[in-house]
Amino acid sequence: MSAGFVPVEEILDRKSRPVLRDPREAPTHDLREELFELEAKGELIVMRVPEPYVEVTTKFGRKKKIPIEHTWHHKSCGQCGHIPGYSASIFWLHRQFGLDFLDPTDQTSCTGWNYYASATSNAVAQLAVMSRNFAAAYETGYFPLIHCGTSYGHYKEAREQLIHHKEMRDEVRRILDKLGKPLVVPEEIVHYSEWVHVMRHRIAERKVIDMSHLTACVHPACHYYKIVVEDAIYDPDIYGAQRTATVTGLLTALDINVADYSTWFDCCGFGFRHVLVQRDFTRSFAVLRKIEVMKNEVDPDMVVTHDTGCVTTLDKSQFAAKAHNRKVGVPVLSDAQVAAMAMGAHPFRVLQLHWHSTDWRPLMEKLGIDWQRYWEEFQEDLDAIRRGEKPGLTWEDADQPIVTVA
Amino acid sequence: MDWVSTKATKYADVPYEEKLRLFLEVKNDPRYEDYLYGCYECGICVSACPSARFYDYSPRVIAQTMAREDVDRFYEIMVEDIWNCAQCFSCVRCPRQNNPGGLVTLIREVAVRNGLKEARDVLQGYSRVIYKVMLKGNQVSPDMLQPDFFPDWGPWVREFSANMDVWRQAIPADTMRGVTDAAWRTDEKTLRELYTIWFETNNIDIVREVDEGLYELLLDVMEEVLEEEEVA
Ligand code: SF4
Ligand code: SF4
Repeated sequence: MSAGFVPVEEILDRKSRPVLRDPREAPTHDLREELFELEAKGELIVMRVPEPYVEVTTKFGRKKKIPIEHTWHHKSCGQCGHIPGYSASIFWLHRQFGLDFLDPTDQTSCTGWNYYASATSNAVAQLAVMSRNFAAAYETGYFPLIHCGTSYGHYKEAREQLIHHKEMRDEVRRILDKLGKPLVVPEEIVHYSEWVHVMRHRIAERKVIDMSHLTACVHPACHYYKIVVEDAIYDPDIYGAQRTATVTGLLTALDINVADYSTWFDCCGFGFRHVLVQRDFTRSFAVLRKIEVMKNEVDPDMVVTHDTGCVTTLDKSQFAAKAHNRKVGVPVLSDAQVAAMAMGAHPFRVLQLHWHSTDWRPLMEKLGIDWQRYWEEFQEDLDAIRRGEKPGLTWEDADQPIVTVA
Repeated sequence: MDWVSTKATKYADVPYEEKLRLFLEVKNDPRYEDYLYGCYECGICVSACPSARFYDYSPRVIAQTMAREDVDRFYEIMVEDIWNCAQCFSCVRCPRQNNPGGLVTLIREVAVRNGLKEARDVLQGYSRVIYKVMLKGNQVSPDMLQPDFFPDWGPWVREFSANMDVWRQAIPADTMRGVTDAAWRTDEKTLRELYTIWFETNNIDIVREVDEGLYELLLDVMEEVLEEEEVA
């Protein structure tokens, strides 16, 4: 045995001991103080979180306000474009609770893809795109709720840049002036999964599908909690606050067994440019470091995550791996889809499961959802659209849950 | 003795002054000081890095090189390494609060802005995404999901492709229903504002460095839209 050899039992023992940290040593910096100072100097407008809101604890103890309604939905291009059941579920949940919200057409994506994938952008352009969206929200009086994890992480970082670099701020203000818009920064940058998190008990109260026999693995989205780490939600009751509480909080509220796995910190393999032009990396990483590890360690019924690229990557990468006889075959859903599913959302009109490629049918069957019946119903919708009898599906078709409480 | 200048370098044909110019362009970016505080060489970033696992790539080397201001090595990184990064930011668990992924972003931007051949090569096949982002304000759209581009996603892509129009009609949200060339319906006024941003921030000029043809196309469309507004 070499001098540096540590038996696996000892490593496991060390890992099982909780890491105790002194809360008094946590960084207490609150960016909002600088925001309000800039507002007092007339440099920008701070958009306040509207009432009603819920306060949650972030990584180092700062209380963050999460609005419940009057929200301006900053949609995600990857969700709306490739997994529309993700966005539809977020809207469906708001409608079920009768909450006031706005789904705007005066919105662009964050264009973070240009930034993270091809670098055909620059810092001021990114800040100006963000600020244009925030000003558009401000004009409506609704508060931004960011659907995309990348937009959320990127905006948090961009907000810091805006606050700390006067020359950038001045340049962005000059551009916004040209557009006839004020420079507006929201008091909090809020991700939709934080809204789901604070709504989780209300969602659980309205649960019509029993999910207590399910095991799920959570993939926490990198851009949610790794960019500007201090702004993500942590809760001592969830993983001892050693991991972000979003997603896991919802699943446990729904009585789903959340199973841990060793590569939880790893990214999904999306890689921005990789998922488009170097997909061998994306596929290999998604399968070898995520799906197969989950399969080997806990064999979950589903993977649940809260960002655009993660759902796409983890779901779509499984097909090719199957051809190589890898251990795959776990459906991938967003937290919003799981919440909507628990409350009885239609699997195709709302959850839009036909946009997912890994087989979700065994999951439906395990939940006792007669997916074939709803698929036939949905085919009738499609036929009516094809025949020109229906211009398309509306909320009138989709609002009604498939199961209601007796 | 200046050890940097006596060291054998891989890209000796590129003058040191040119490498230094590019290095300083990265170092003078206002974001740089937020991304690098020195480096312990501890490798914590590497242990978290997905790209380090699959490529000959290391965020530690990037942080080290920048901290040591090793201009020749920096140039090697700019040519060979930066496009391997997955931009996941797992490396920000760095105990020195470094952001190696952020450094990569800055180096990429300088590589693109200066039209480096390697950057142009890497971004070949990328024009469609840039086109979408800049013209539609969305980076992905349903009509990008084509079977010949995503064969590894299985028969699902073929099924999707055959049904795209009707599937898009069958989405209950107003902003998405029926839209296939973008992720959602965006106001014309919004797009005009976006184009103004691209011009005002010189973002459009960056595209010229990557793809001249795309640049001309974008310019034509955007200028026409903005001129129409002025006339109206
Ligand atoms: S951002 Fe890049 S360097 Fe950092 S961990 Fe991710 S892939 Fe590695
Ligand atoms: S960048 Fe940070 S994590 Fe990486 S080796 Fe240097 S000090 Fe360690």
